[in-house]
Amino acid sequence: MSTIAEKILSRKSVEGERVSAGEIVACKIDYVMVNDVTGVPAFEVFEELNHSMQRESVVAIADHYVPNKDLASAKQAKALQDYCIKYGIENYYWPGDGGVCHQVMIEEGFAAPGRLIVGADSHTCSYGALGAFSTGIGSTEAAAVMATGELWFKVPETQRFIVDGKLRRYVSGKDIILHILGDISVSGSLYRAQEFYGSAIESLPLADRITICNMAIEAGAKAGIIPPDDKVFEYLKGRVRGDYTPVYADKDAEYEDTFRYDAETIPSTVAAPFLPDNTSPARDLDVVIDQAYLGSCTNGRIEDLRIAAAIVNGRKVKRNVRMIVVPATQQVYLQAIREGLLEIFASAGAFVSGPTCGACLGGYMGVLDAGEVCVSSTNRNFVGRMGHKDSLVYLASPAVVAASAIAGKITDPEDL
Amino acid sequence: MWKFGDNVDTDQIIPAEYLVTGDPKELARYAFCKVRGEFAKEVREGDIIVGGSNFGSGSSREHAPRALIGAGISCVIAASFARIYFRNSINIGLPPIECKIRAEDGDILEVDLGKGLIRNTTSGESFNFKPLPGFLQEMVDAGGLIEWLRSKPQ
Repeated sequence: MSTIAEKILSRKSVEGERVSAGEIVACKIDYVMVNDVTGVPAFEVFEELNHSMQRESVVAIADHYVPNKDLASAKQAKALQDYCIKYGIENYYWPGDGGVCHQVMIEEGFAAPGRLIVGADSHTCSYGALGAFSTGIGSTEAAAVMATGELWFKVPETQRFIVDGKLRRYVSGKDIILHILGDISVSGSLYRAQEFYGSAIESLPLADRITICNMAIEAGAKAGIIPPDDKVFEYLKGRVRGDYTPVYADKDAEYEDTFRYDAETIPSTVAAPFLPDNTSPARDLDVVIDQAYLGSCTNGRIEDLRIAAAIVNGRKVKRNVRMIVVPATQQVYLQAIREGLLEIFASAGAFVSGPTCGACLGGYMGVLDAGEVCVSSTNRNFVGRMGHKDSLVYLASPAVVAASAIAGKITDPEDL
Repeated sequence: MWKFGDNVDTDQIIPAEYLVTGDPKELARYAFCKVRGEFAKEVREGDIIVGGSNFGSGSSREHAPRALIGAGISCVIAASFARIYFRNSINIGLPPIECKIRAEDGDILEVDLGKGLIRNTTSGESFNFKPLPGFLQEMVDAGGLIEWLRSKPQ
């Protein structure tokens, strides 16, 4: 009967109604997240409403331009902190405490199966990896949720993606989602939810599943959801806030479409400028790079750093190539120190920084000049995304980023 | 009228380096600066943007429709919209009109939101679109989500 999206939106419906695709429904929101860029406008709009604050459900995470990159961002970050103090927002994370917002939401136990979470950042869809329905919204809607604790949704149609088989060495969740994007295009899931199934998905660690759901938005999807299993429940032990109820699709759920992929045929995949669906096998490209960026909500987790460190260990980053390593959160950063990963990167000649969104969106800490080329573990390669309008971003897995940093050109790690 | 292609992402509408203010007028100074340098200088109050499919894709930044409002854009017509942009646009009172039309840069368009009718007075062609569902049109008419919420009893 129902997909995961239909079930979660029904369970969270204000009126307690059972809804299906196409219907419009008002829902109760478990958490609303804002960052330093989207949070300040949200609080400003909230103040216009003259309403009490649902403070327990608000999470504010400074990550885009912190540590402050300039005076304007300093002013913005201070404004966010001042609002959090003013409204008693306990779930406020700052530099040295949090990190990239989506990884913080997951590590800190806000994201959990069956929950309905909205965030003023498009990659909020990441929490679908834990079986939540989570989706990006704007600042004005975030303000409305801060006040009312509710939001309207049009219940989406759902597309089902089945990836069966065994992945080849070095092929990861990033390659799966880039491969799917190459197939369905950047508008292939517009207004829809995605559900992911199959033995290859089941075998993936949670980190890779987060990468897949993180990039659901790059196909225009409202949510990307993976049915939660023991890996998720294990991860949540001692971490999750409050109770949660896993939600699964009915056996006879109605899907708009089903897409099937054979994991063994998916290569290490790269998306060339200027869209995430402009994909080809890494091996087919002959592209000299100026920068290799490892980090972001897409691929800045400890598992990603481990894979990249194993490749660069004992090697040197190619002369004149800047390799930049940015652990997603303070927790990842600490764990990477404990495991000696940061020393491996630094010894190889990489620049290692603390957590920030930084250069992923062309903010700072790795902005590109005209004509420069970056292979990046991030999620977008739009015109000017990481700097100058004439710079080029190639999206890839951590393994491809690491191999490319060593070789000085885009490289399949199997060929290093 | 300003014509754009498919997949106009919000990084193109307002690049991330300018997201240190939410002020529409300030943001408007940098609208489309990386892809269409003349836009901010030449755009006039009441101008219309016509896009292809997936307009407003990518980042959730509400700064994008805010920049367009600051630039004086009266509405955006596109074959389809990315969903976060679509909602943001309604929430701040800039009507998104889902309609595939034929038009070229500089054409004069007349839009009737209530009737769901676009007239290209330059070419003489007319196009019909499905008006927004009732409560969303109410929201646009009220000037956005906040004004709409305020108009309702709490």
